[in-house]
Amino acid sequence: MSSNALITATGLGAIRGERVLFSALDVSLGFNEKLVLRGPNGSGKSTLLRILAGLTRPDAGTVETAGTHHWLGHRNGIKSHETPRQHLSHWARAWGSDADPEAIASQMGLARPMDVAGRLLSAGQKRRTALGRLLLVDRPIWLLDEPFTALDSDGRAMLTRMIDDHCQSGGGVIAALHGDAPFEASRELTL
Amino acid sequence: MNSPSPIRAAFRQAIGEAWAGGAGALLPIGFFAGAAMLVPFTIGSEASQLAAIGTGVLWVALALASLVSMERLFQADLEDGTLELWAQDETPLFLIASAKILAHWLISGLPLVVLTPVIGITLQVPAGQLVPAMLAYGLGGLAFFLWGGVAGALAASVPRGGLLIALLALPLFIPTAIFGALSVQTGLEGPNILFLSASTLFALAVAPIGASAALRLAVD
Repeated sequence: MSSNALITATGLGAIRGERVLFSALDVSLGFNEKLVLRGPNGSGKSTLLRILAGLTRPDAGTVETAGTHHWLGHRNGIKSHETPRQHLSHWARAWGSDADPEAIASQMGLARPMDVAGRLLSAGQKRRTALGRLLLVDRPIWLLDEPFTALDSDGRAMLTRMIDDHCQSGGGVIAALHGDAPFEASRELTL
Repeated sequence: MNSPSPIRAAFRQAIGEAWAGGAGALLPIGFFAGAAMLVPFTIGSEASQLAAIGTGVLWVALALASLVSMERLFQADLEDGTLELWAQDETPLFLIASAKILAHWLISGLPLVVLTPVIGITLQVPAGQLVPAMLAYGLGGLAFFLWGGVAGALAASVPRGGLLIALLALPLFIPTAIFGALSVQTGLEGPNILFLSASTLFALAVAPIGASAALRLAVD
């Protein structure tokens, strides 16, 4: 089972406070698959993603993954003193990436604010910088929590292309979304 | 992929962050000097009296100064999302926590040690006693920063957790303070300096594990 899936999670349950967010939930992600998580605010989309990422321990169930993942949460992970160039160089070093951070920043449309400190970047520029991390090293699984937040139409089109390219080359994406998915989802899971 | 590059990157980022805070990295130094310099004004400037308490005053000032900027060490990482990324890295989180604490010590802790002879002289401590004492203050200061790091990690998710950090860390300082003070009083002769070294080594081994466990809770 796990040999032909990137993620196999079975019997997941999560409790927040006194409330059961979900229980006996099975989630799987195959190669080339785009899984969209849907549900109203507070339904547990973020919690599910955090469980799959290993950040939060599930109250029930197990998660098996075949391969490493990239994470994009609500917080972009950009330090207030870091410029997009420094941010991408930092993670390139940390992850042993051969990619050219500068080329990736340009690709993300960050050529102009390349040397602007994080605290002065707009929300969209920060999100583009964080998305640049996904291209530093090739990781089969992308876990994205509301990835289109703060992006302009250009940015949305760019991220849609990134997701399509990633899935065409064998990767898988799980994204929590509100509103219409700009890309064609393989499957939807409503919490 | 067990290369040390994530650890190096974390160290480098922490150094950059310390400098980027403007004078923030220098705050502990100012606090250390200021706190120690108050003593002659409150105790009186009689040389023999000051000399008797001088080395102890330096220990108290060092312990308090090491906590001054501990609040932001992990809190900033938690708030901006960096901690989430480190927590998912293949590199064990305790190594990342160690790198961050050591970088912080290098910027804010080592200068305190360098400063001890200068302040010691103004407290009438004999100069001959001060230079060897730097070894003890260096070892003790490192232990203070390590325990402070655990407290900082525990308080990372607490808004305005500065006071909580002091309450958590100060009891952990006691063994270091005891053996540190005895070492300096006996001029680094005898077993006390060995006990001080042992307490610092213990902190080096245990504090990063404690800090990483606290950070995992904070990020959950």
